[in-house]
Amino acid sequence: MSVLVDRNTRLLVQGITGREGTFHTQQCAVYGTKVVAGVTPGKGGTTHEGIVVFNTVAEAVAETGANTSMIFVPPPFAADAIMEAADAEVPLVVCITEGIPTLDMVRVKEFLQRGRTRLIGPNCPGVITPGECKVGIMPGAIHRTGEVGVISRSGTLTYEAVAQLTARGIGQSTCIGIGGDPIIGTSFVDALSLFREDSRTRGIVLIGEIGGSAEEAAAVYARENLRIPVVAYIAGRTAPPGRRMGHAGAIVSGGTGTAAEKGEALRLAGVHVVENPAGIGQAMAEALAGPSR
Amino acid sequence: MKIHEYQAKAILRRFGVAVPRGEVCFSPREASEAASRLGASPCVVKAQIHAGGRGKGGGVKLARSVTEVEALARQIIGMTLVTPQTGPAGRRVRRILVEEGLDIAREMYLGVIIDRVQGMPMIIASGEGGMDIEEVARRSPERILRAPIRPGLGFRPFQARKLAYGLGLEGATDLAARLMLALAEAFEKTDATLVEINPMVVTHSGGLFALDAKMDFDDNALFRHPEIRELRDQDEEEPLEVEASSFGLSYIKLHGDVGCMVNGAGLAMATMDMIQLAGGTPANFLDVGGGASTDQVSNALRILLSDPSVKAVLINIFGGIMRCDVVAQGVVDSAFRMGVKVPMVVRLEGTNVEEGRGILLGSGLNFTVADGMQDAARKVVALAKGSA
Repeated sequence: MSVLVDRNTRLLVQGITGREGTFHTQQCAVYGTKVVAGVTPGKGGTTHEGIVVFNTVAEAVAETGANTSMIFVPPPFAADAIMEAADAEVPLVVCITEGIPTLDMVRVKEFLQRGRTRLIGPNCPGVITPGECKVGIMPGAIHRTGEVGVISRSGTLTYEAVAQLTARGIGQSTCIGIGGDPIIGTSFVDALSLFREDSRTRGIVLIGEIGGSAEEAAAVYARENLRIPVVAYIAGRTAPPGRRMGHAGAIVSGGTGTAAEKGEALRLAGVHVVENPAGIGQAMAEALAGPSR
Repeated sequence: MKIHEYQAKAILRRFGVAVPRGEVCFSPREASEAASRLGASPCVVKAQIHAGGRGKGGGVKLARSVTEVEALARQIIGMTLVTPQTGPAGRRVRRILVEEGLDIAREMYLGVIIDRVQGMPMIIASGEGGMDIEEVARRSPERILRAPIRPGLGFRPFQARKLAYGLGLEGATDLAARLMLALAEAFEKTDATLVEINPMVVTHSGGLFALDAKMDFDDNALFRHPEIRELRDQDEEEPLEVEASSFGLSYIKLHGDVGCMVNGAGLAMATMDMIQLAGGTPANFLDVGGGASTDQVSNALRILLSDPSVKAVLINIFGGIMRCDVVAQGVVDSAFRMGVKVPMVVRLEGTNVEEGRGILLGSGLNFTVADGMQDAARKVVALAKGSA
């Protein structure tokens, strides 16, 4: 088992004809993902790199049975693209785009409440179930089939953690990049609850960072609901307050959202918190070998 | 993006928030002319910098006459203002706001933030004005009132009345409600990420004014607000950060001596954390992004090396989208061109890592190639200390 994406995923790509869209669609297909359609308004009826392009998401879904959308649409139009996918009742939407205005995402969140679409991201690397399906921009080769779930607000730091796991022979059930923006579709708690329902996942790596209180909420959830080991690392211990560290959501403001606070909340909830990001793989190896919680 | 107080007040006034009459001035002469035009006594002279706590640092003064305004302007313009938010180096004052003084009866706090948990903007109000709102929130959270600005519906008059009554503004509920509705509209229409009116004041004659104002805007939404983009004051920013942003690089200058260049914001923060764990201090945050070109890598290296406190450099790249050979070539090219003197530790992982290592080792330059993050951090900190 796995969560969100697997062999049955039928992927459509919004913004397939752009540079990034073209490159990463190919990479996903090479990994084994079934890419069934592309959507670029005005280019309906053409094919792009062997994939049929439609004008609208609704049309693409009706014609191909797509059940997941990956979005590479530029930031000014990305919120609209998410809403179009939700309107077409696509169950899972993964938005890679970085730089969507926050108030656009406020409207998207409101729109999503009326349907059943789950949004991952935006500003995220995507989702991968190793050996089965890749919906995103992560390097597929570093992953390995297995039983540890990975949830992260970051991109390359997730690859770092995954590589550490793989190097120790610890495979991954599914890796979810939830995104680095202040307003995102799927929170740590949402992702933890998905893994809780997954019979294969035996441990979880959670990679947080400064800003907001999503890690604190994850701590409460883990304490009350999870029996499997959780290893966490929070990036940004050395970040100066009041400065946005690359990600729109990574900022310590008014003394809240610090790495120290988040680490403490998780530790009190029984999570294995590592201070050293090079120690994530080892901590998971030890947690899996130790007694269950 | 941050703007000055006088600019925030001009925006708020346009949406219908009452603010004291005032003018921005760049010289003592302009200040004295502005004071004459205002014809008010007293006048307030306020230093305009992008940092709070200006009063504590001596950047806000009361004047009883035009002559006094001019004298204070002479004193404040050009001074280096140190406040709890500027750091010990302080900030040079280049412009001031000369404003009419008000007969204040009461001070309150009014603000708008993005509430991440609710996923929408939230109006925050408190009867304790002029105070640090985070301090109030910690000490007496029950004294903080909140009301959401709902997407599509916006902020409703009943919410404004409820807040006004909650603040004890019985005599001035209409005025207060109008001000709050204007504030909510200003926030939404300008893609702000933060508005603070601290304090909002009631005058003895029953007026309600934004005595101070702070507005921050969403960088990602500036494309649809060219008029706000024009308010950017580059004098308030670190010159290296301004230059980096012009190349699409995310760079933040810090106070240590280990420079670092990393791809991805999360990995960049993690690298800074590792440098500290290894006993060093990071000189900067620098994210070259996911798909950086050879050119961008060169620019990144040049910018981080123009900080004279950098004694050693750590390059940490996890190649996914970004290929290691591209990074290596960019590093080698710019290292040659600049005649780099400081030692450099390079850690590469991911796509085309062998080709990348080959380019570094075959360059004839003095690179230390590290094996993993831990090894890289240890090596760079040792080198920074050795060359100190």
